[in-house]
Amino acid sequence: MERRGPILSYLAEMPVGGRIILCVLAALAVLVPALNLLLPPDSLFHVPTFVVTLFGKYLTFALLALSVDLIWGFAGILSLGHGAFFALGGYAMGMYMMRQIGTRGVYGHPDLPDFMVFLNWKELPWYWSGFDMFPVALAMVVLAPGVLAFVFGFLAFRSRVTGVYLSIITQAMTYVLMLAFFRNDMGFGGNNGLTDFKDLLGFALQSDATRAGLFAASAIALAAGYLISLAIVKSKLGRIMVAIRDAESRTRFLGYRVEHYKLFAFTVSAMMAGVAGALYVPQVGIINPSEFSPANSIEIVVWVAVGGRGTLFGAALGAVLVNLGKSYFTAALPDVWLFALGGLFILTTLFLPKGVVGAIAALRGTAGKRRRGLSGLFRLLARRLL
Amino acid sequence: MRFETTMTRIDPTAPDTSEPILYLDGVSVSFDGLKALNRLSYYVEPGELRAIIGPNGAGKTTMMDVITGKTRPDEGDVYFRGNIDLTVLDEAAIAQLGVGRKFQKPTVFENHTVFENLELALKSDRSARASLLFRLSGVQSDRIDEVLETIALTRARNSLGGSLSHGQKQWLEIGMLLIQDPDLLLVDEPAAGMTDAETEDTAALLRDIAKNHSLVVVEHDMAFVHALECKVTVLHEGSVLAEGSLDTVQNDDRVIEVYLGR
Repeated sequence: MERRGPILSYLAEMPVGGRIILCVLAALAVLVPALNLLLPPDSLFHVPTFVVTLFGKYLTFALLALSVDLIWGFAGILSLGHGAFFALGGYAMGMYMMRQIGTRGVYGHPDLPDFMVFLNWKELPWYWSGFDMFPVALAMVVLAPGVLAFVFGFLAFRSRVTGVYLSIITQAMTYVLMLAFFRNDMGFGGNNGLTDFKDLLGFALQSDATRAGLFAASAIALAAGYLISLAIVKSKLGRIMVAIRDAESRTRFLGYRVEHYKLFAFTVSAMMAGVAGALYVPQVGIINPSEFSPANSIEIVVWVAVGGRGTLFGAALGAVLVNLGKSYFTAALPDVWLFALGGLFILTTLFLPKGVVGAIAALRGTAGKRRRGLSGLFRLLARRLL
Repeated sequence: MRFETTMTRIDPTAPDTSEPILYLDGVSVSFDGLKALNRLSYYVEPGELRAIIGPNGAGKTTMMDVITGKTRPDEGDVYFRGNIDLTVLDEAAIAQLGVGRKFQKPTVFENHTVFENLELALKSDRSARASLLFRLSGVQSDRIDEVLETIALTRARNSLGGSLSHGQKQWLEIGMLLIQDPDLLLVDEPAAGMTDAETEDTAALLRDIAKNHSLVVVEHDMAFVHALECKVTVLHEGSVLAEGSLDTVQNDDRVIEVYLGR
């Protein structure tokens, strides 16, 4: 038997689609900022800033879709509330950027964001303290969604809430958070949310360089999220997640504490969604309670279904494809978009149960053929290089 | 009484050959007023092979559910290895203690290969952290190959569980039970849906397993029970109707009445 180190065997066993995505992301992270910043605007190859920001946003959606696929595709947990974790990560980043505004706000208060001055608040609420420090904000980007997911998951999985009941309570969770964040006295800017951001780590948000940097960061975060998810699903823990998805009680009778496994996957997934939200907010310039709306969370599931559930890279692809469609439709035919989305979901479920990725795999024929092709070449290369 | 020595034991998980491996006393379970188990009592000696038979609705599956922690009894005691109270533990804990269960309807993991099915069942640390870092050792891999040989699925090693025939699934599930290395195996209708030849092979396999495990087999098929050559307990309406060799219970008037009469 061949003996390989863990990293090499991990790379050699990576699915073809995953390798393509990683290569594309690496290329994008370098090329798009370069083509945006280095070429003059009239050059044929110049990438306009609005495109950089638009695709940067898609990449954060792809990471969000990836986080949903990790639990839905592999552990069978259909979360219809993942938008909440995304929004919490976004709010954590938003709070940091609010504090960065400093005296440049409309009211010029050194500590209080404009909306607090407007509400006649005299000092920052305790839960805003520390958010002027980037490391604290960064920690909260993963901790806030992580802790919520842990507590929610602990209660739900311990009580063995599964299937459609779990989906319903995740919807309820995000709906409750939306109502809470709408309230002015919560201290998160009410229905206006947090906006008018000026800069991030001292870099002006409006500058092309910052936008290119955020794009590259989103590409890197997506690649990292993909590698982490792949490491999880390729481990024995990943096989146990699939076992839970397919035959939960059988897994229990083998001695596995199903709730612990679900809780682990759910919490990791929520943290990834939080990172996606944190990268999304500086690129779109606003975070408000509508991000918590139940419909948003359902949309994420549609991206995953369209791309291909249980494939990871398919989920990321689906997020980008559906959002490209959304950008087109909402500009060209705004009234049609929701119908198109609904129709897409129904058509995918009926005719492409494994999504776009499954359809491509079926078109390309058996897995054996592919092994000899791209992956055979990659193995050869990897063995030479590593 | 059987339990006078329990207090002096130091390691509660150490096997003790002097105690019954499984002891049920006065176990009752009712669903919506219907008594599925009615003061059920019996015990199984360590290393024993025991067949449990009974007509439909006699409470066989409920009994399995109680032993494996799926159902809590309304009253009564269930002890494993003499002093471990199973009525306060959940499925995972009971499985980890060394009680393996094979279901009536074969349930293997359909999207995992035969090898992976056995890998998941393989005796190992069941915690999430250990599973994340798990790497199959050479010894463990050899053990899986050994079990593949025993259950005659070596050639199907890399086939998906879902692609196996009914009989192969039954055997894979027995293999999954074996590789857990439990002290007590509960096997629910292993011969259901099998051909005569497969039934005979299965009986031989179970007799072989019983050489170094305690085994409780729930079965409908009398020919199969006969082939097991073991002590038989007859359940009826949730309690024990008769106990003894197959010949003895088959000649018991009450058993004949339950199976044939009315």
